[in-house]
Amino acid sequence: MHVLIAVASLGGFALIAGLLLSLAQKKFRVEGDPMVEKIDAVLPQTQCGQCGYPGCKPYAEAVARGEADINHCVPGGERTMHQLADLMGVEPKPLAEEPTAPMVAFIREDDCIGCTLCIKACPVDAIVGAPKQYHTVIADYCTGCTLCVEPCPVDCIDMLLKPELIEHWAWPLPETERARIGRERKGSHARAA
Amino acid sequence: MPALLKRLGQVLGWMPAGFFGGIEVPDRKLTAHEPIRECPVPDVLILPMKQHIGEQCHPCVHIGDHVLKGQKIAATEGYMAAPVHAPVAGKVVKIEEHRIAHPSGLGLPCIFIEPDGSDGEHRYEPWADWETRDPAELRERVRECGIVGLGGAVFPTFIKLVRDQHHPINTLILNGIECEPYLTTDHRLMLEHADEIVRGLSILRYMVGARECVIAIEDNKQDAVEVMRQAVVRASLTGVRVIAMPTRYPQGSEKQLIESITGKQVPAGKLPVHIGVLCQNVATARAVYHAIEHGRALTERVVTVSGEAMPRPGNLRIPFGAPVRFVLAQCGLEDLDGVHVLHGGPMMGERLRSVDVPVVKATNGLLALHEEQIHGLNAEEQPCIHCGHCGEVCPIRLVPNLLADHCRNDAFERAEAYQLFDCIECGCCSYVCPSSIPLVHYFRYGKGQLAQIRRAETFAEESRRRSEARERRLAREREAKQARRRARKASTPAQAEDGEG
Repeated sequence: MHVLIAVASLGGFALIAGLLLSLAQKKFRVEGDPMVEKIDAVLPQTQCGQCGYPGCKPYAEAVARGEADINHCVPGGERTMHQLADLMGVEPKPLAEEPTAPMVAFIREDDCIGCTLCIKACPVDAIVGAPKQYHTVIADYCTGCTLCVEPCPVDCIDMLLKPELIEHWAWPLPETERARIGRERKGSHARAA
Repeated sequence: MPALLKRLGQVLGWMPAGFFGGIEVPDRKLTAHEPIRECPVPDVLILPMKQHIGEQCHPCVHIGDHVLKGQKIAATEGYMAAPVHAPVAGKVVKIEEHRIAHPSGLGLPCIFIEPDGSDGEHRYEPWADWETRDPAELRERVRECGIVGLGGAVFPTFIKLVRDQHHPINTLILNGIECEPYLTTDHRLMLEHADEIVRGLSILRYMVGARECVIAIEDNKQDAVEVMRQAVVRASLTGVRVIAMPTRYPQGSEKQLIESITGKQVPAGKLPVHIGVLCQNVATARAVYHAIEHGRALTERVVTVSGEAMPRPGNLRIPFGAPVRFVLAQCGLEDLDGVHVLHGGPMMGERLRSVDVPVVKATNGLLALHEEQIHGLNAEEQPCIHCGHCGEVCPIRLVPNLLADHCRNDAFERAEAYQLFDCIECGCCSYVCPSSIPLVHYFRYGKGQLAQIRRAETFAEESRRRSEARERRLAREREAKQARRRARKASTPAQAEDGEG
């Protein structure tokens, strides 16, 4: 008799717990891979493809699968690499390529023939224009990815250095020995690891 | 016992409560007894399109235009901005980028005016009857006249002059503290133009409906306290107190002064209006008086030109746009070899990289110092010995040594968690640090980096949004194309059969 009670009560508990678990699984179901979202969130969204993948999201997916290394985001630089290392739980690595200065595309309107090929190439819709009309780059939206340069049949797109604005200027580190040592240590840490 | 009495006095409001931290600095007011003198008009005036905190202005005159003194030459587009006016009558000779007094050494678009020596002046309608007018109308005038806080922060004044039912202003504080060493502009203004300042106070008080007014002056300017008291009596105002505060740096900082007088702290991220206080500099009050009662725009200011390396120091009334090199020459300083020129006071001002920059609304002082007068100029930063002096003097009660460590190590998020953005950059911590750590410089570095990170994050977010929108659009277009193709396929076989048949 005692055995039966024990079996029945434990079995009942197991059944209830199982029901709760299955309900919880339905209710708190996670769509997609949260890791991909987290990685995508720290990428600079230039969609430039310099990492070898066709955009930030595909690179994030490759990193999450463990296919791609964490050090291939050129515009993100050191900071993004460190954030990816934190997310993936791996050691920081030296960057695969040196980061470049921020650029912005500029269309020489005198040469533009209005072919719309650059508009189609722009991953962030930063070029305006219509067939047989001059095109122009919205400088504030341009991520400097250079994807528009290649398709242009008349080579009228220049990549210019992003102008330095006084409002966006930031103080550099003080020029003291200690600040310099700290800087070097940080740099060597990233390179040596 | 005296401490207890003092505390009692503070609680009952007989005595100023004082503020936390701060330091005593040698005041070196070399020009306290120099009457304000007129600075001659230079050959060309250079007017930057942004002389305030906020958005840049846009020129509303063209090259070759003749402008009158006080005529608006640059208009605002955004809310947080103050227009720029021509300081003299003359001709607009060019509009181009020119270096300004900024640590970056970068420039801003500037309007260049060549004075023609005529005395044509544009004035708004003088309103001696301001008491009968709507405060909103007066506020619009203050905005139109380009008035900004002249204590050095250059915050557009009209923004503060609101009557908000949720935050009524009880106390209006007129800031005549001038706690920075060397500077004596507010001091001289109070001595020479006390009545105008008091008129300005009345206008401000009317605009915000403040019950109580306090004119706060540090006790190293007893003569100014006396003169202002007499001016208040002459104007037969009630509810206006002139109080002498114990001298302590940085008492002139808005939040510190409010804490000192009312005993209340402005919460982090809030404004004085949220605790029912409005604070204005004495020079700003005078500018408001000129704007309302004389219809005069802000086109000049008093600047202390001083320092041990200045041959003839003084307080000069200078039109905006006058090149600093020209102003220094007026005070006998032409050979700048081995001399450091500071824009602003010695505690919060910036060392100028070049003296070919114009005097602007923010210029409260121009100091020429010899190398040995600059504290810790060549001192090498030593490791922190954790003496805690920086924390004792920080008026915001931050932990400067930890903050500096976080900034140096690029741990910006952690620095932010230690309230980096509450730092007012008063320089007390750097001043007392026995290890000569340039603390404020580290904070500025940290703030700048954080601002850049935030900007990059916002930009990335917007880029993501646009890129995703584009993906969706392309998918939609593909879908539509396929649908068309399917529709064609469905109709073509029938036609084909018809053709064959």
